[in-house]
Amino acid sequence: MADTIIYAMYDDDDKLVDGAKKLVSNGIHVNEVFSPMPIHGIDDVIGVRHTRLGIAAFLYGLTGLMLATLGMKYFMIDDWMMNIGGKPSFSYLENLPAFIPITFEFTVLCAAHGMAITYFLRNGTLPGMPATNPDPRTTDDRFVMEIRTSENSSHSASDIQALVRSTDFVELDEKTV
Amino acid sequence: MHRESDIRLPLILGDKTYHQITEDVCRPIENQAPRGWYILISIAAVIALYGVGCILYLIGEGIGTWGLNNTVDWAWDITNFVWWVGIGHAGTLISAVLLLFRQKWRMAVNRSAEAMTIFAVIMAATFPGIHMGRLWVSYWVLPLPNQFGSLWVNFNSPLLWDVFAISTYFSVSLVFWYIGLIPDFATIRDRMTKPLTKKIYGILSFGWSGRAKHWNRFEIVSLVLAGIATPLVFSVHSIVSFDFATSVIPGWHTTIFPPYFVAGAVFSGFAMVQTLMLIVRKVMKLEAYIHTKHIEYMNIVIMVTGSIVGVAYLTELFMAWYSGVEYESYAFLNRATGPYWWAYASMMTCNVISPQLMWFKKLRTSLLFTFIISIVVNIGMWFERFVIIVTSLHRGHLPSTWSMFYPTWVDIGVFIGTLGIFTVLYLLYARYFPVLAISEVKTILKSSGENYKEGFGAGEGYYGADGSHGHGHDDHAHEEEEVVSNKIIEKKPVELSDDELKLNQSTLLERVGSADASQADDLKLISGVGPVLEKTLNSIGIFTFEQVSKMKSEEYNLLDSLTKSFPGRAERDNWASQANDLMNK
Repeated sequence: MADTIIYAMYDDDDKLVDGAKKLVSNGIHVNEVFSPMPIHGIDDVIGVRHTRLGIAAFLYGLTGLMLATLGMKYFMIDDWMMNIGGKPSFSYLENLPAFIPITFEFTVLCAAHGMAITYFLRNGTLPGMPATNPDPRTTDDRFVMEIRTSENSSHSASDIQALVRSTDFVELDEKTV
Repeated sequence: MHRESDIRLPLILGDKTYHQITEDVCRPIENQAPRGWYILISIAAVIALYGVGCILYLIGEGIGTWGLNNTVDWAWDITNFVWWVGIGHAGTLISAVLLLFRQKWRMAVNRSAEAMTIFAVIMAATFPGIHMGRLWVSYWVLPLPNQFGSLWVNFNSPLLWDVFAISTYFSVSLVFWYIGLIPDFATIRDRMTKPLTKKIYGILSFGWSGRAKHWNRFEIVSLVLAGIATPLVFSVHSIVSFDFATSVIPGWHTTIFPPYFVAGAVFSGFAMVQTLMLIVRKVMKLEAYIHTKHIEYMNIVIMVTGSIVGVAYLTELFMAWYSGVEYESYAFLNRATGPYWWAYASMMTCNVISPQLMWFKKLRTSLLFTFIISIVVNIGMWFERFVIIVTSLHRGHLPSTWSMFYPTWVDIGVFIGTLGIFTVLYLLYARYFPVLAISEVKTILKSSGENYKEGFGAGEGYYGADGSHGHGHDDHAHEEEEVVSNKIIEKKPVELSDDELKLNQSTLLERVGSADASQADDLKLISGVGPVLEKTLNSIGIFTFEQVSKMKSEEYNLLDSLTKSFPGRAERDNWASQANDLMNK
């Protein structure tokens, strides 16, 4: 089935949020919002679920912590017990204070980079990827809502457009794919 | 929406719109660089090349070309390293710690401060790198399986902690900086018209499109990175101070070192940010975003951290006397009265006295004074490291080994060279990168922009997402909104005959003056005019900003009747005043 995409453009973030609220209250599913900056409050209106990247970062950090601990235990205690000033490293716990700085740094390293890589992969933002915003002005001062007829089976394209017209929009565009 | 008290000074001055912010930041990237930029980068490049030459000579000949001797076996190399790492502390402090504290003013300087951090840390890393002598085996500092059997790096050594601390700090700062840059690169990408530059910024922007879900993730990633970068900032200079504090040299092995070094690092880092930002705001005409209030905030940070450093100096002196350890006492007596008294005196003057002048509001809000103090502080902080390192070493427990340190031309050349490389990198950054976090600044326009706070110009006072209006501006904002909605109803396109249209067109051109395509300005620069509308305007006979600037409400009405699109747009966006601004650029 041919899918019609309706782009409603606004010149203000608050006007877009008001518009989105109106559409949503009329039972329309807003597929996507493109904006030049984060719009606070839009996530709940259009039903974007809260990201779990924070949890991911915690797990990456935990991984780093474990790797650092296991690594230093192996290097300094098991594989080659270094004898410094006649005081060999008998156990990991006895030497723990010296290992804390690197354990901390490695935890941060893994958490930060693990989260950053996940962020790029989940977003699909990688070097050389094509831009997918519908209008170049959406990275400047325009805010665009994308509504697809395929996800709004109870409304026709003209119904949706009529509703958009009742909001404080500046441009209305339609694309069939 | 975040609301800010009315008595707080606005962070963005003047009548700015979202579009204007984009314009102001992108202008230096899109326009020809000023002549001064070419002169500066040429000078810096010559100095940088000299520095690279000195480094190559050093690697070819060996560390013996430095002025080190048996007694003073660590001098300018580690001084410069600590100095550069210290400078590199302001960037992440501004973007991470101040983000957690919700300090909105950081948005004006965080991008440039982080760039400074990254370049400063690169310069810092140069010194231990070349100090190894054999740069090509520098990977030996990593715990890699090797052909020597069970030969691991020593995890008990603070020097190895440094390797992990600096590399973590560098890479995390870089990622933090770049994640923030991506949306702004996308803004530049979408504005570029030349295919090559568009392609380059397209690659740099990773295909960012500003989707709601991506912004949601963006904000969490920034917050979590800030959360883990905050202890990181403090850990890095603590670990740098362990290089000295874990030794048994009088003057070095003091427990006060970690907090004292961290405060000193923030102190010198903010001084360097002041030096750079005072130039950047002036040259790139960003005074509306980085104004006296921002400079004052940073001066207060300099004052506080400078005072911490001052207290640390005095505590050290007190402990040297109170401990009753004669070696410790002598180390400090020698610092103040020995052959290096001049270095100690410079350090005390620059670092203890100069920040105290910031108590005077007149002085801390003076840009010239700030600029001078920022340079004084950086000189003072270099001397601090020199004093700690060289004066503690040059007279040890055995008087027969006492010696002095004299830098050679290689010492000096490498240090001056890093200043040159740093300047080259910073100039390239300022020319090709958005020096202000465009998307972040836009988020504070409505809460901290002067026009929104005062309710004039493009800002219609507080306009809440729920349709409610902030205190103080209720009536004003409400009135405007009603008028706007009435206008739209009134101006629904009325069908006019061709003759009437022609008449309207000629009246309009009579009023605003006629022009032809040869004089055409880029009307798309006006917020609200896109490529299609520009063509329509051109077909009516409107080509220049001058014509648009003459429009008043009657002309707008005529125009609306001709364009038949978006009635009322031109008047609401105030094309005339926009065109007037553009004309006078």
